[in-house]
Formats: sequence, structure tokens, C-alpha cells
Amino acid sequence: MSPTEMLQVMDVPQKSKGKAPAGLKGDDLKKMFRAMFFTRLLDQRGMNLQRQGRIGFYVPSFGQEASQIGAGYAMQDQDILWPSYRVISIALLKNVDLKIIFNQAWGNKADICKGRQMPNHYAIPDIGWMSISSPIGTQISHAAGAARAAQIRGENRASWAWFGDGGTSSNDFHAGMNFAAVWKAPCIFMCENNHWAISVPQEMQSASSSFAAKAVAYGMPGIRVDGNDVLAVYEACKEARERAEGGGGPTLIETVTFRMGPHSSSDDPSKYQAQELYDSWQKKDPIDRFRLWLKGKRLWTQKWEDELKEELMAEIAAAVESAESTPMPDVETLFDDVYAEVPPMLQEQREALLDQIRRSGDIEDTGGAFPL
Amino acid sequence: MPQMTMLDALNDALHIAMEKDDDVVMLGEDIGKKGGVFGTTAGLHEKFGEMRVMDTPLSECGIIGTAVGMAIYGLRPVPEIQFQDFIFPGFDQIVSEMAKMRYRSGGHFTCPMVVRTPSGGGIRGGHYHSQSGEAYFAHTPGLRVVMPSTPREAKGLMLSAIFCDDPVIFLEPKALYRHGKEEVEEGFFTIDMDKARIAREGKDVTVVTWGAMTPICQDAATEVAEKGIDVEIVDMRSMLPWDAETVLDSVRKTGRCIAVQEAPRTCSFASEIAATVAEKAVDSLEAPVGRVSGFDTPFPYALEHVYKPDKKRVTNAIEYVASYE
Ligand SMILES: Cc1ncc(C[n+]2csc(CCOP(=O)(O)OP(=O)(O)O)c2C)c(N)n1
Repeated sequence: MSPTEMLQVMDVPQKSKGKAPAGLKGDDLKKMFRAMFFTRLLDQRGMNLQRQGRIGFYVPSFGQEASQIGAGYAMQDQDILWPSYRVISIALLKNVDLKIIFNQAWGNKADICKGRQMPNHYAIPDIGWMSISSPIGTQISHAAGAARAAQIRGENRASWAWFGDGGTSSNDFHAGMNFAAVWKAPCIFMCENNHWAISVPQEMQSASSSFAAKAVAYGMPGIRVDGNDVLAVYEACKEARERAEGGGGPTLIETVTFRMGPHSSSDDPSKYQAQELYDSWQKKDPIDRFRLWLKGKRLWTQKWEDELKEELMAEIAAAVESAESTPMPDVETLFDDVYAEVPPMLQEQREALLDQIRRSGDIEDTGGAFPL
Repeated sequence: MPQMTMLDALNDALHIAMEKDDDVVMLGEDIGKKGGVFGTTAGLHEKFGEMRVMDTPLSECGIIGTAVGMAIYGLRPVPEIQFQDFIFPGFDQIVSEMAKMRYRSGGHFTCPMVVRTPSGGGIRGGHYHSQSGEAYFAHTPGLRVVMPSTPREAKGLMLSAIFCDDPVIFLEPKALYRHGKEEVEEGFFTIDMDKARIAREGKDVTVVTWGAMTPICQDAATEVAEKGIDVEIVDMRSMLPWDAETVLDSVRKTGRCIAVQEAPRTCSFASEIAATVAEKAVDSLEAPVGRVSGFDTPFPYALEHVYKPDKKRVTNAIEYVASYE
């Protein structure tokens, strides 16, 4: 297939044709649906919490659940994940404790990253989930480097870099793609083409016939796949994973999908997006498509989904309650982790701060609202 | 005179500059239909069209590098970097190209351009939407580094910057974008970037500051005034080149000085002020020169309010130097 054609398994619109990729059993397919559905519920809750002023910021992945879970399911446990801020679904697929997610959203004392970063910028070492950076694209070269490291050590671990269509314009996209291809490193570059980089449409991002086509010039396969077709994404990713393991080097996968929501809790797409465009993609909602497909295979019932919803909502509610009632990090932790040990220079600054608080009382939290 | 927020004033300045000179063009991420993530460029795309107000691919290197090319060609580009924290992919273009173009070509080629970018904390944006990086730029000969502290200042300084023939890093204190309104003259006017401003006259302690720390220092000055300490505030406006004379004149009068900034302490612009005051006004000094600053840690998320200097930290420092014997 050329990198401008598009791989699909499920037919569009909602028909239940198409065979499940080899190796996927009923339970696998239901697990995939569960993670997609869970993501939708989590995102709805995250957005509401932000609207209610309970957390400061949230990034939903409405509409991109298939693009992410199809890939997540093709990963192996030992693989390394270099995520952007928009792929929380994969943590849900990997059964991460929801408290990790909500403690991070509050930046509280129990947050494994100690309240250092904005919501959605997780680091989850237990599942090989690297620390997320806001600067777009920086993780792409890290992924190439870690893939090279696995090669050097002779270990079967693939690196998965996640970024959007906007990310392909970054310096690190070029560096990461080029290095990985020269090294034939086991790296999979996941470009989620959700049509937008905040308000900049994909056609203003690149004049290339597709994002997948960029792979050709770097000397690696570029696959363009229907990103709202979870099975097609899985198939493409599984093949790329096999290629990586077999010494065949990196792959660029473009999942063609749509950001069915704002860029983040601070964005208002009505300023720049035509309603008709949104409507046309809503008809291709990846969860609706997969539900219909599963139903056709007798793997889905309304009762199952209702029970699932109840279970997941309860899980979310418990984690929210726990995170919200956990206190904020202690003031002195501000100075930890800048270096392996707190140097005298910072010890002095810490002492001065604590001394001020002893003499003048706690420092007032004046808040501040995030604009984008 | 109309009342404006700093956002209104900057937006007004950009409109006026584009009307005045067809060579003024803008480029950046989300500056078009969306009008910028803070709304600073609102209405410009509609009014001046997409040849002069360009939404670009997501590349700060590309935004600044192509702007350098436009500037050398003869335009006056005003690129926007969405957050100062995202300027670093374009840092090479700033430091190696934009800053050195005039010098390395013996004055034949120049970069009359303004890189606008929101700077500093105040929006709960964690380290990547909050940093104060002025020292990186102020360490680069050839650049001008400017930061306004009120709406009127923002408009006058922006218009000076756009029509100046040197490259300018224009740091917009995002905490002040909607901080309050001020009367701002209509139409075109400029404010001299080379001259610091006395934001408050006083005789006991000189407080040197810039950008978003200015109103905090003003609040602190009001508070210590009740205790009989009369503070003079120097708002620097520009950190490179910088107006040492105004600072030194003030210190020669008060004999006591602190520099207040949001940026980390070590190797900062406050350090430059302290060094220069110690070097050139030592005979007038009656107390050590103090620095109030962010800590030497990355800018945090949950503990932002602890990290940033607040009124308390400033009043403590003023009282310390004021009572020093
Ligand atoms: C280097 C850099 N520049 C600008 C930004 C501000 N910003 C945050 S997200 C974003 C758009 C990203 O679009 P894309 O890469 O397509 O990913 P998506 O958000 O659509 O998932 C921008 C411009 C940033 N985070 N980093």
C-alpha cells in the first residue's frame, strides 16, 4: 500500500462487515471496547471537573479512542511509551490505578510526580510511560534514542512515540525520524492526525499528500490508516511492532481521525471550526462504529454496556473523591528533585522560605486560570 | 482617553502598526482566526488578511527563521511565540542569526523585527507556560529585551519596538494581560525603550523591577509607607541595553537597593543590577544590595504561589535593607 492510501478493516459508515485481525479473540475485542468507552467517560468527567473549577485544566481525547487503543493493544508489556498529553486511554487499557490519574490532575501530595506539572502531563514508570512534556515533539527524538538503546543492549523493547499532526512540524520530528531510520531502530512513530493543531488545520500544517508519506524520504515505511477503525489501527501497529522486532527498523503510522472536542478545556473551536465538519465526523464516532461491529459479531449487548458504565463511573467517582480530599504537597518539596541531592545553594533558599513562613504565616494561594 | 487592559493596548498597537506600514507582518501559531490563545492578535487576520497575518506550521524555529528572512528582505515582521517557554526550538535563530546579523555583516544586513511572547507565571501553567527567561536573551549582545508593566507602557513600547531597526524580544507579562485598566492615548505614540521609568518616587529604598513584578512592588511600597519607609520604584522597561544611569541616580539618593524579579536568582538580570550598583555606587550604599526572585528550581505547578515572589517577600526585603545598619 502506498502511504497516501488508507487502510481500513471496518466499513464506513456503520456496517458490521470486516474480519477481526488474526489473533484477536472475543475477549480481546471486548477489552478494546472497554478501554475506549472508559476513556470517553473519564474525559467527560475530566472536562466537568475543570468546568466546576475543581481542577485547573484538562485535555480530552474525544474521537481519538480507536486511534489510541488500536495501537495500545499492539504494544508489548516491556515496550516504552513516549506519550503526548492526549493519550490517557492507553493507561486505562493497561489498568493503571485511576488514583494516579486524578492525583496528578489535582497535583496533590499523593501525585507520583509531586504536583510538579499541569494536569495531563503524567509520568507512570510502572507501565513504561515516560514523563510528558508540553513542548511539542521533544519526545520523538527521545523515542528514537531509547529504541537505539534497546538495540545496543540487545533487548526486545520497542519505543512508541506519540504526537499530533502539528508535531510533524517540530525539529524533533525530523531528528527522531532521521536517526531512527539510519539506525534501523525499533521505533514506532504514531502520528495522530486529528485535523487540528489547536486552531491550525492540517492543510496549513503540511503540503504533503499525507503525513504518512513523509516516511518515504526518511527511508522507512509510512502507513496511513483509518484512525476511527480500531481494528485497522491494531493491524497496522502489530505489523510495525513485528517489523521492529525483526530488525526491520522504524515505521511511521498516520492515524486519520478527528478531534471531536476542544483542544483543551480552555479552547473554543467555534471560533475557527465549521459545524458541518464536526458533524460529518460525529457520524464516524469510533466508539459507535466499534459498538456496531461488535454487536454484529454478538459481542456487545446494551446490558453489558450499562453494567460496564456503572462499574467504571463508580471507579472514577472513588478516585476523584480520594484525590480531591488529599492535601497539596508540602512547601519544602519545592526544592527536591532539582538535583540528585539538594545542594547547599538550594538548602539556603529552602531555609529562608521556611523561616519566612514561620515568621509571617502561610503564603496565600492566588490561583490563576489557564487560557488555552 | 480610552481605558484599556494590557491586552487591549497591545492589540491596539498591533492594529496601528499594521495600518501605518504595509511592511509590518505577523506570523505564529493560532494568531489568525483564533486571534491568539490570549486574544492579543484578535481582529488582525480579518482586517489585514492572511498574507500579512499568517497562521504557521508548529515550528518556532520556522517562525523565527522565516521572520529573519523577511526582515533581511526589508519587511518588519512581528512573529509571535505562543509562550516564551516554547521559544527554545527557535533559540538558535535568535542567538546565532537574528542577534548577530548586523554585526557579522558589518552593518549591511539587519533584522528589524519583534519577537512577541507571553512570559512569566500567573495562569497555573506549570513550568512550560510560566517561566521568565529574560536572562537568556539579555545575555545575547545584539538583542533588545523589553518588558512592559502597564497597558500604556505596553502600547508605547510595542510601537517603539516595531519601528526600531534592531531585533527586539518583547516579553509580555501574561499575569498583567487582564490585570486592570489604564487610560491609554489613542493613535500612534512611542515610549523610549532606552530609558527606565520611575514608577514611584521615594527617598529611602530603591526597588528595581520590571514586568509583572511592578504592581507587586507598588503594593509592597504602599504597605511599607505606613511604617514610614519611602520607596522609589524603577521600572526597567528594557533589560538590554539597560539604563544603568537611572538606577544609579536613584541609589545615590536612597543609599539602599533591592532588585525584584520572578525569574530564578542565579545569573539573572537582578544579579546584573546588584553587580553594577555595587561597582558604581558603593560609596552611596548603606546596606547590601538585595535580590528578591524566584527560587533556583524549575517553575512548579502546585506550589506556584510559593515559588513566585509575593508582596510579603518584597516587603520583608525592603524592611531588611531599610533597617540595615
Ligand atoms: C514547541 C511548542 N510550541 C507551541 C506549543 C503550544 N501548543 C500546545 S498544543 C499545540 C498544538 C498541537 O497540535 P498537534 O501536535 O497536532 O497535537 P494535538 O493537540 O492536536 O493532539 C500547540 C501549538 C507547544 N506546546 N509546544
